[in-house]
Amino acid sequence: MKDDPSFTNQAFKVIGTRVARPDGIDKVTGRARYGADASAAGQLVGMILRSPHAHAEIRSIDTSKAEKIAGVKAIITSADLPDKVNGKRDMLDILENCMARGRALYDGHAVAAVAAIDAETAKKALKAIKVDYKILPHVTDVDAAMQDGAPIVQSWVRTAGGDANKTTNVAQVSQFGHGNIEEGFAEADVIIERSFKTEQTHQGYIEPHACLASVGPDGSGELWVTTQGHYTFRTQCAQLLGMDIAKLKVTSSEIGGGFGGKTHVWMEPVALALSRKANRPVKLVLTREEVFRGTGPTCSTSMDIKVGAKRDGRITAALAVLRYQDGAFPGIWGMLGGMTAWACYDLPNVKAIAYDVLVNRPKVAAYRAPSAPMAAFGVESTMDLVAQAIDMDPVEFRLLNAAKEGTRASYGPTYGPIGIRATLEAVKNHPQMKAKLGPNQGRGMACGFWFNFGGQTCSTINIGTDGTVNVSVGTVDVGGSRASLSMIAAEELGVPYETVKCSVADTATLGHNDTTEGSRGTFSSGMAIIFAARNAVGELRARAAKTWDVPVEEVEWKDGTAYPMGDQHHNLKPLSLKDIAAKSPRTGGPIAGHNETVADGAGVSFASHICDVEVDPETGSTRILRYAVVQDAGKAIHPDYVEGQFQGAAAQGIGWALNEEYVYGKDGRLQNAGFLDYRIPVCSDLPFIDTTILEIPNPGHPYGIRGVGETSIVPPLAAIGNAVSNAVGVRMNHVPMSPPRILKAIKTQRAAG
Amino acid sequence: MSGVHVSTTINGDAVEFVCQPGEVLLDVLRNRVGLTGAKEGCGTGDCGACSVTVDGRLVCACLVLGAEVEGRAVNTVEGMANGNQLHPLQQKFIEHAALQCGICTPGFLVAAKALLDRNSDPTEEQIRYALAGNLCRCTGYDKIVRAVQAAAKDLAVDATKPAAKKKATKKPSKKSA
Amino acid sequence: MRYEAPTTTKDAVALLSKTKGKGQVLAGGSDLLVRLKGGFVEPEVIVDIKRIPAMQAVSKTASGFKIGAAVSCAQLGENSALKKAWPGVVEAANLIGSDQIQSRCTVVGNLCNASPAADSVPAMVAAKAKAVVVGPKGKRTVPVEDVVAGPGKTTLKAGELIESITLPARKGKSGDAYLRFIPRTEMDIAVCSAGVSLTLGKGGVVAEARVALGAVAPTVVLVPAAAKAIIGTKLDDDALAAMAAACEAACNPIDDKRGTVEFRTEVAGVLAKRAAKIAYQRAGG
Repeated sequence: MKDDPSFTNQAFKVIGTRVARPDGIDKVTGRARYGADASAAGQLVGMILRSPHAHAEIRSIDTSKAEKIAGVKAIITSADLPDKVNGKRDMLDILENCMARGRALYDGHAVAAVAAIDAETAKKALKAIKVDYKILPHVTDVDAAMQDGAPIVQSWVRTAGGDANKTTNVAQVSQFGHGNIEEGFAEADVIIERSFKTEQTHQGYIEPHACLASVGPDGSGELWVTTQGHYTFRTQCAQLLGMDIAKLKVTSSEIGGGFGGKTHVWMEPVALALSRKANRPVKLVLTREEVFRGTGPTCSTSMDIKVGAKRDGRITAALAVLRYQDGAFPGIWGMLGGMTAWACYDLPNVKAIAYDVLVNRPKVAAYRAPSAPMAAFGVESTMDLVAQAIDMDPVEFRLLNAAKEGTRASYGPTYGPIGIRATLEAVKNHPQMKAKLGPNQGRGMACGFWFNFGGQTCSTINIGTDGTVNVSVGTVDVGGSRASLSMIAAEELGVPYETVKCSVADTATLGHNDTTEGSRGTFSSGMAIIFAARNAVGELRARAAKTWDVPVEEVEWKDGTAYPMGDQHHNLKPLSLKDIAAKSPRTGGPIAGHNETVADGAGVSFASHICDVEVDPETGSTRILRYAVVQDAGKAIHPDYVEGQFQGAAAQGIGWALNEEYVYGKDGRLQNAGFLDYRIPVCSDLPFIDTTILEIPNPGHPYGIRGVGETSIVPPLAAIGNAVSNAVGVRMNHVPMSPPRILKAIKTQRAAG
Repeated sequence: MSGVHVSTTINGDAVEFVCQPGEVLLDVLRNRVGLTGAKEGCGTGDCGACSVTVDGRLVCACLVLGAEVEGRAVNTVEGMANGNQLHPLQQKFIEHAALQCGICTPGFLVAAKALLDRNSDPTEEQIRYALAGNLCRCTGYDKIVRAVQAAAKDLAVDATKPAAKKKATKKPSKKSA
Repeated sequence: MRYEAPTTTKDAVALLSKTKGKGQVLAGGSDLLVRLKGGFVEPEVIVDIKRIPAMQAVSKTASGFKIGAAVSCAQLGENSALKKAWPGVVEAANLIGSDQIQSRCTVVGNLCNASPAADSVPAMVAAKAKAVVVGPKGKRTVPVEDVVAGPGKTTLKAGELIESITLPARKGKSGDAYLRFIPRTEMDIAVCSAGVSLTLGKGGVVAEARVALGAVAPTVVLVPAAAKAIIGTKLDDDALAAMAAACEAACNPIDDKRGTVEFRTEVAGVLAKRAAKIAYQRAGG
């Protein structure tokens, strides 16, 4: 069958090897061009003026003085960004987030922007813009925002399906589960119920958002931008600015990290609008402070988790009540938390109730397995408490209750072959589990789940007359996917890896591709490339048939070579891809293969982590002694980069667990908008991170690929929480477990005796 | 405000530029000299993405004024390879998959070279502390530290046979996990 | 704005005097350039002192050591004589920022930035360091603890700058140490810190001591009561506990993004105890 995505368990030659990445030399020599590395003749410098208030009415914006400054070429406010989407709420939210419309909704919300001949002039112009604010009451805490009488962030918001007349900060309440939890809890021998909190974190990519926008008076434009999804950026920018989609060409630069934060437009429509007004190219690069204040962090949360179990270890009922703040605009983050909370387990009675809540903070964006780490912190901490209460080993307890093929997931679907048990078995047998622990040291483990996504994908393979291969993909390479995708093309065509060149095409060259998010890059583009390569092979066989003057059915393709089938053709010499390519100008012209698909069947993935820590009981300082990641990859295309994803995700989770948090003052202003006080892990904070790649094939992909990028950020919060709790003998229920929080917990425990 | 005329050496080449008195070396390199290998990740000396050396000392180019490098020698990632021969660190970073997005890579390479120039056989701990001023958000530092260890080994081998021209090392075959 | 790089202290003073307080001294720049970028300072002239030969050296003098104002902290770490005599001061200086920052930052800059969390200052205060101040009216020498008036404020007058820091010669069995608390292992500003310097008398008993705390008050605080608690002891548990209690009593910190009042107060005492033990060991106790 054509384009059959089913797993076939074929033998591989290239897949699974550790080849050098194609963009390596550019990246180690400084030649690779990122968002801020492009320039255009006559370009202006764009800069954004941001609200210093958490919540304020904008009574007026006076730009007259700034306009008179020599060298200022354009100033825009929301007046220059009229509604072109007919009030379509989700798009209007994006536009309002790019530029405040009458109200500043958070500290850092853009209120105006300038384009000037240089940075000094642009800075001067920003200072000369006078904004008349009327400060309004604000709310930044998720629990406070749900109280009656809390300041209302968005007056139009009603709880979906709720009271149509009542203003509220609760945008949505989602519910998942099955069975009857009341009955389940009634059956339980032990019930543990705890509350947890996690603070807001940022994706913390090292490259700030940057773009170079150029729009002409004819409505045609180009955008060079660091993004995870240039097609999505094109569609959104064009719609928000009233441009034709086809007339906006978006080129994705090399991207210096995204982790979900570059799936969303922030200042790109502003740069395009400035360029359109000035009729000159505009380069707009955010400062680090702007990145923290004005782009998408992930949610802070508050939650209540309740688990009931029999003495034999079987869970009888589980309930999660999750409150996620989405920033100043409605999102689906609480909902995702509700879906993922119990996904690791096979539960007869389970419920998750999730609230999406608005506060005066930046619009939340995806952050690597968005929403799952927080719910996992609550759930996996509680799982340890239940295991303790029934005196059962935490790994055995999880194994007993783990989901398996055929389990009905708490969020609805029934699982196919999955890896949660295999990861737990691997943890059980991991040498780290036997390493001796000293005083003040503790060990913890935890599990995590992520869906993984597929989606719209489109890819082209072009074969040169020398037999080398161009692969064009539309999924942005955020961490080395050009290597894995080149490998897939080489495998499928039967040519050496070194003869394949994979490029990320601009939006004028390929059809729409969904954003690189949901760990979909290698899964979905890999699938499209397999299909495109198979189309190309069909054409290669046809050319061989033509050369030999035999029916195409009598041409077999094996290891990159066309062989005639049957004894009657024994005098014909096999033709390699290179041979056929050389003849192509005379056999019908260029040889290519295309594929457009919606890649379904992204297999879910699971990870289990082990963490050993040492806590200084006098300061509350935590050191990670050992850390091990076990995750199901489906099939590791390039094991180095799979390990890299595991290690990077774990490191982000470690930062989140121990030190990273947005600190807001009473005035609603962000206090730590910089890498000095928003403390992501540094090299000396971490040990080597051990990895175990499991390969439980995804039946929905020809090679068995599952997304690998996200799942391993899910367990660390809980694994470290369990390790720290075991080290100090106090249950930690607030992330990050910063030294002051740990020391306070120890002291409180001591005082209680 | 009038410009400052500066004569300096960048990656061994004599370079002259005019910059504003308050303009940092990073902006000079990127916007006036055309060397965009050094990146701005923070502009406040907290991320190391703009690491370069001035007279052999490792610095953040965002915390040096352009005017300060008059008569000094500046070295950037663009000057690391010797012609078409990658520096062992560059080679090992590729071989060990020590980069994912690559935005921090130039800074790490310059900082790691500064380390190995003064300590040819650092311990893991010394490597980790020497690179603590360089933030990486992708890798968890694991493969970066391993690449630096491998490069140190390579350089030690080079040092024992100074005459021998070293060929680009082939990637060691590693067992799939 | 102008950039000037004078080659004599006299010229530097003249440049600063002319601008009547609107000049900024540039040594390592690791604080100044951040403030410049943030628009927090808009000086008329930036006076780069790194081209002044007299400010570029660490020298051993009859009375101890002299550290030029333009000497980077990395250079301090490379000076074995200084490291041997004042390991606590050098380790404090070497804790400031990353290797990148170390190449640039100076103890004088650290002092003049006037942050209560400055790493080198508690160690210098404990070491009885003095600042040699040069201005339009000549030279004066002031104890380091008298240079800082409050967060971001110094007692330097218009046109004055610090030319060097002096450290006394070490006598007999002496040792110093500095410890700070940071949430990560590197790159953070001290949440609280402690510098201890002591000299042992007969039988390993502490004869002289100075204890200074950082980031627990508007300025670095010298805590004579903490010193008193260990003088005449061999740092037994009771003495250390009394010292920690004296430190806690001297704390007057704030709650902020880096720590709480409670945390800073408690941990300052812990650090002082630990630093005292290291200093004691270094002194040969």
